[in-house]
Order: sequence, then C-alpha cells, then structure tokens
Amino acid sequence: MATEVIMPEMGESIAEGTITKWLVQVGERVERDQPLFEVSTDKVDAEIPSPASGTLLVVHHGEGATVQVNELVAIVGEPGEQPETQSVAAPAGVEAPVVEASEPVEAAVEQPVLVAESAPTQEVVVGEDSQLVDRIRQFSSPLVRKMAAAEGVDLSQIQGTGIHGRVTKQDMQGYLERRSAAPPSTVAPPPAAPASPMRTAEVVTAARRASVGDFQVAAYHEGDNVEIEPMSNIRRLTASHMVYSKATSAHVSTVFHVDLSRVAKVRARAKQGFAQTHGTKLTFMPFIFKAVANALTAFPNLNSSIDGTNIVHKKDINLGMAVALDWGLLVPVIRHADRLNLVGLAKTANDLAERARSKRLSPEEVQGGTFTVTNPGVFGSLFGTPIINQPQVAILGIGAIEKRPVVVNDDDGNDTIAIKTMCYFALTFDHRLVDGAEADSFMNHLRRTLLEETWSELDSFQ
Amino acid sequence: MDWSYLGTLDYRRSLALQELRREKLRAGQVNEALLLLEHPHIYTLGRNADRADILAGSDWLQSRGVKVEECDRGGQVTYHGPGQLVGYPILDLNPDRRDLRRYVRDLQEVLVRVLAEVGLAAEPRSKSPEIGVWVEGKKIASLGVHVSRWITTHGFALNVNTDLSYFAAIVPCGIQGVEMTSVAELTGRNLPLENLAALCVHHTAEVFQRRPLAMTSEELMA
Repeated sequence: MATEVIMPEMGESIAEGTITKWLVQVGERVERDQPLFEVSTDKVDAEIPSPASGTLLVVHHGEGATVQVNELVAIVGEPGEQPETQSVAAPAGVEAPVVEASEPVEAAVEQPVLVAESAPTQEVVVGEDSQLVDRIRQFSSPLVRKMAAAEGVDLSQIQGTGIHGRVTKQDMQGYLERRSAAPPSTVAPPPAAPASPMRTAEVVTAARRASVGDFQVAAYHEGDNVEIEPMSNIRRLTASHMVYSKATSAHVSTVFHVDLSRVAKVRARAKQGFAQTHGTKLTFMPFIFKAVANALTAFPNLNSSIDGTNIVHKKDINLGMAVALDWGLLVPVIRHADRLNLVGLAKTANDLAERARSKRLSPEEVQGGTFTVTNPGVFGSLFGTPIINQPQVAILGIGAIEKRPVVVNDDDGNDTIAIKTMCYFALTFDHRLVDGAEADSFMNHLRRTLLEETWSELDSFQ
Repeated sequence: MDWSYLGTLDYRRSLALQELRREKLRAGQVNEALLLLEHPHIYTLGRNADRADILAGSDWLQSRGVKVEECDRGGQVTYHGPGQLVGYPILDLNPDRRDLRRYVRDLQEVLVRVLAEVGLAAEPRSKSPEIGVWVEGKKIASLGVHVSRWITTHGFALNVNTDLSYFAAIVPCGIQGVEMTSVAELTGRNLPLENLAALCVHHTAEVFQRRPLAMTSEELMA
C-alpha cells in the first residue's frame, strides 16, 4: 500500500520547513526509518525518516522548496502502485497557510478565524471561552483543525494527548470513531422533573444567580443612527482578555511618586554618546526596566502566577512591554530582563517596539511574559490603573515624566521647594496573591533604585 | 549524560565520533553525551552556506593552514579554531522535547548562563539570520544543529580566546558586517577552555534536566 510522507511537526510555532536535500531519489528503495530527506529551519537541519519501506514513487517538492507542516511531500510504495487518492493530508494549495512569514504575529492571532472561514457552515465558538479554544486550536496541527472543521467537531471537547494537551490526529480519529459508535443525541434531554419542592432560600438563591448573569444593556436600538463594524481579531482578543482578567484577578492599584532626577541627569549626559556608540536611543525605559527587574528579584511573588490553589513561581524574569499601535495593543517580551544591562535592555526594547510597529514580531516574542510594564505617560496620563496581563499577577504603569516642584529638606534641615523630574508609578496587583504591604515594599524598592542608583555602566559617556 | 573535555580534535574525527555516538545512543548502547573540544583552524559550510561567503583565497587558506569542509548542520559558514570552545550535545529529544526551536532556545539559554558566570550579560537572538548569542551587539557564540529522528548532533561554538581575525576572512552566518567577539576581548581575561567546558556541562545539565557523568576522553571516544 502506498504511504504518504508529510512534512512532520517540528515544534510549536514552526509552521514550515525548507527541503534542503533529498537523500533518496525517485525510483530508489528506502527502508522504514531510513533518512529520506533533510529539512532546514533556522539554524537546525533535520533528517526526516521514511514512514514505511518501499520505493520512493513521487516527490511533490524538490530541494529548496518551503513546505507547510502536514503538507504532502512524497509517496512511498511498491513500483507500479497507484498512489491513493483518498487521503487526509490535503495536497498543496488547499491547506490554509498557518503562519504568514511576513506578518507572523498577525497571522497567529488570526489563526482561529482561518478555521472558521475555511468551514463557513461550521459554528466556531469564539465568544466566552475563546482563550481556551484559541489555545487548543493553536496547539493543534492544521491537519487536525481541518479534520475538525470538516467533521464539525469542537476541538475543545476533545481530550488531547499530545504535547501540552494538543489534540493529535490519533485523538481526532479516536473521537470520530467513538462518536460514530454512539447513537446521535438528537433527542432533547428530558426536562428535569422537580424531585421535591425547593425551599424558599434555594429559590431565592437560584433567582439571584440567574439575574446577575442575565443583566444586559443593548448597545443600540432599532432605528438608532448607528453604523456596525465587526471588531478586528486583535480588538476581539484584547476585549476577551481584558474581561477575563477583570473576572479572574482581584485588582488593586497603588500609586507612588518617583523621583527620576538622577536618571534624567545620567541620561541627559549619556544619551548622545550612547546613540553614537550603540546605534539606538537611550530613553527612560531601560532604567525603569532594570529597576523593575531588580525589584522583582527581591520580591519574586510579583513574578508569579496562580494555578488553581498553587503558586507558580516563574524563575525567569521576562518583562512584557506594552506597545500601542494604530491597530491595537501588543505586548512583546524582553526575555531574561534581569540578565541584560542598560545597553541590552535599550536595544531589545527598541528593537521589539520597532518590529511590533512594522509587524515583524514572531509569535513567541509576544509570549511568556512574567510581569508587564505599560507606559501611558507618553500620552500625557499622570497615572492610570492598568488591567493585569493574565496569567501574571502585577502590571506597572508609568505616568508622564515631567519637572515638578517638590518640597525637600536641605542640609540645614530647612524645607525648600526644588525642581525635580518626577513621575507617578501605578502598580496594579492581584490581591489573591499579593498583599498591599508586599506591593508597596516592591514599589519602595523600585523607587529607591531609581533615586539612588548611579548607573556606573554609563560613566564612559561624558 | 556522559561528558568529557576532549582537547583538540580534528573536525572530521569529531563528525565520525558524533555519528558513532548517535547510532549507539539510538541502539541504547550508550548514554547521551556532551562532547567538549576545540578544533584546529577550519571553515565549515552548513547546509545553507554559500561558498562566496568565504572571502579568503585558496593561497591565503593554505598559507595559514586553514581547511574548508562541508557538513550536514543547519546554518551557513563559520570558523572553528584554537581558543574556541566547541560543544556537541548528542541528546535524544524524544519524547518530551521534540521541538527544534525549543532546542535552539535551550542551547542559547545554556550559553547565556555560562556567560553570566564570567560576568557577561549575553543576549540570545532567535531571529534568523542572527540566531546565536550576542554581547553588546557583537556575536560571541554560534549555533548549528543537526537532528536525526530527534537525536541531536553538532551544537555550539563559543569564542573564548579565539583569534578573531580568522572571522574577517568569511561572512559569518551569511550576515554582512557582523562583528564577532570573545570572552577574552570582553573581559580582558584568558580563561582556560576547561573552565568554560565545566560551566557548559553544569548548565546543559540544568537546562535539559540531565545528570552529568564525567568520563575520560578515552572512555568517551571508545
């Protein structure tokens, strides 16, 4: 029997591979598990073994071709055998591309919708549970998603056995077999007969429960002068995430007035030389990132997540930085921010922001953040109370940085008014895990670092 | 995970050793391994390499005793030579680490941690073609990996006391204008390769959650 050779899964977020070399030529014999061809992706070169013994009958993609994961690459079988036409692996061109190389992040965000569009008759849930559904979809291969769409299966209903609970082809086939074996459940479940009359308190509780969830306000009425525009995907995902976050965490905010005079002075002195030497501008943000990373090291609770009743301590400090774009909000992640110096932070932050604006971020660059910094100050805001970026437990908002009159105590003990570069820092934290005292200690640590640190690594810039 | 610092080893011999260990590992006859060594001067061409990226003429190559070899790792052209610590992890990524990008990330993580121990804040860059480990905008370590049924060969090359002038004769990784650096250049210290090898073992074990087992070079090459 002819066996199809498909481009195998090579890891999360790897959507395609480039065939660099065919190790077996058409017409030659190949044994099962013998390397058949080589694929190159980034810095990795991988041998792909033959899934069966036989003769290499057909090669669909030559050397140099870039092929989507799960796409048909070749057919192995006995000489003269007709390749099967009935197949689960879609031939090239039919399968929707999963990740567009030119706009990786956008494409990743749009993934769930591709499924919906390729199967217009199939209802795809994108509403309340979109986080979960999206995640499961993203973790499933295009083949599985295609099967799901074709069979009208909600992937979130299937227990995945693959990596990270990913639904595999086997899971899908098993599910379809079980489903066809079970009688169709077209009969409506019988109405629940009241076994005993409810007591009054239960009736009241039930009524109250129903009423809270049911409250809704119509966005417009028939005949209103309105125009309806569907949300973009990024808008819809942001909306879902914000509501999910508010419903999940116990948000509390605390605001500190932070003296950035020293940072301002060091920056003013160094910024020209820094730009010349390192080819990137030195803003206030690297200083703040550095101070935040230090404070998170001292207060690791703010660098964690909640999983049920467990606390998940994140060992890496990966700072998300909110970047406002014309079309929405992205939060690329500065990985291992605690290990970077000011140069590293400045370069990474500027590079991420620049690539976020030009849609050149890769999906993994917006994942894995452990704490987020947002900077509404650039728009003039004195301070806001940001919403936590789930599953994190805290987010820091930086207000407008400006010179303000501040009462200071001079060496002789006299009060006097000085001009200082000041800024409001607002921390929103999840009170389920972080108490006010700890949040404020974190903020004091941050404030002290920014007030006292001499930033000697910039000493060479005079 | 067996490991040993093998000293100077010819490039071809190291390829043969890696393939032998890989097949033995697949047959269940040996443990996973981390081979640490340095090569005599050589330019190697990965699967995506362009011969034009070797800028030096054959006269120059001969006069300085530099060989050129093609090999089956990912990546483009690079240089190996004295003072550069080369690490070849032969690991089985089955069943839980079957992710090529994750493997590259994990190797970068090992190098970042190793460099942190000598006081350098290194930055992994995971965007092609800059994949590697960088310090202050210069590249300090290169990666090139081969995976055969999820068993790895090839690996990383970390410039410790490398004579960086050899990189001037090539376009490393096919990136025009990339500047290479070394631990010695950045710290002003000449650390022995053995010391960095030991750090690589420690952090590889940590990152990949393996237990390191020290071997003599004879045992490892047997």
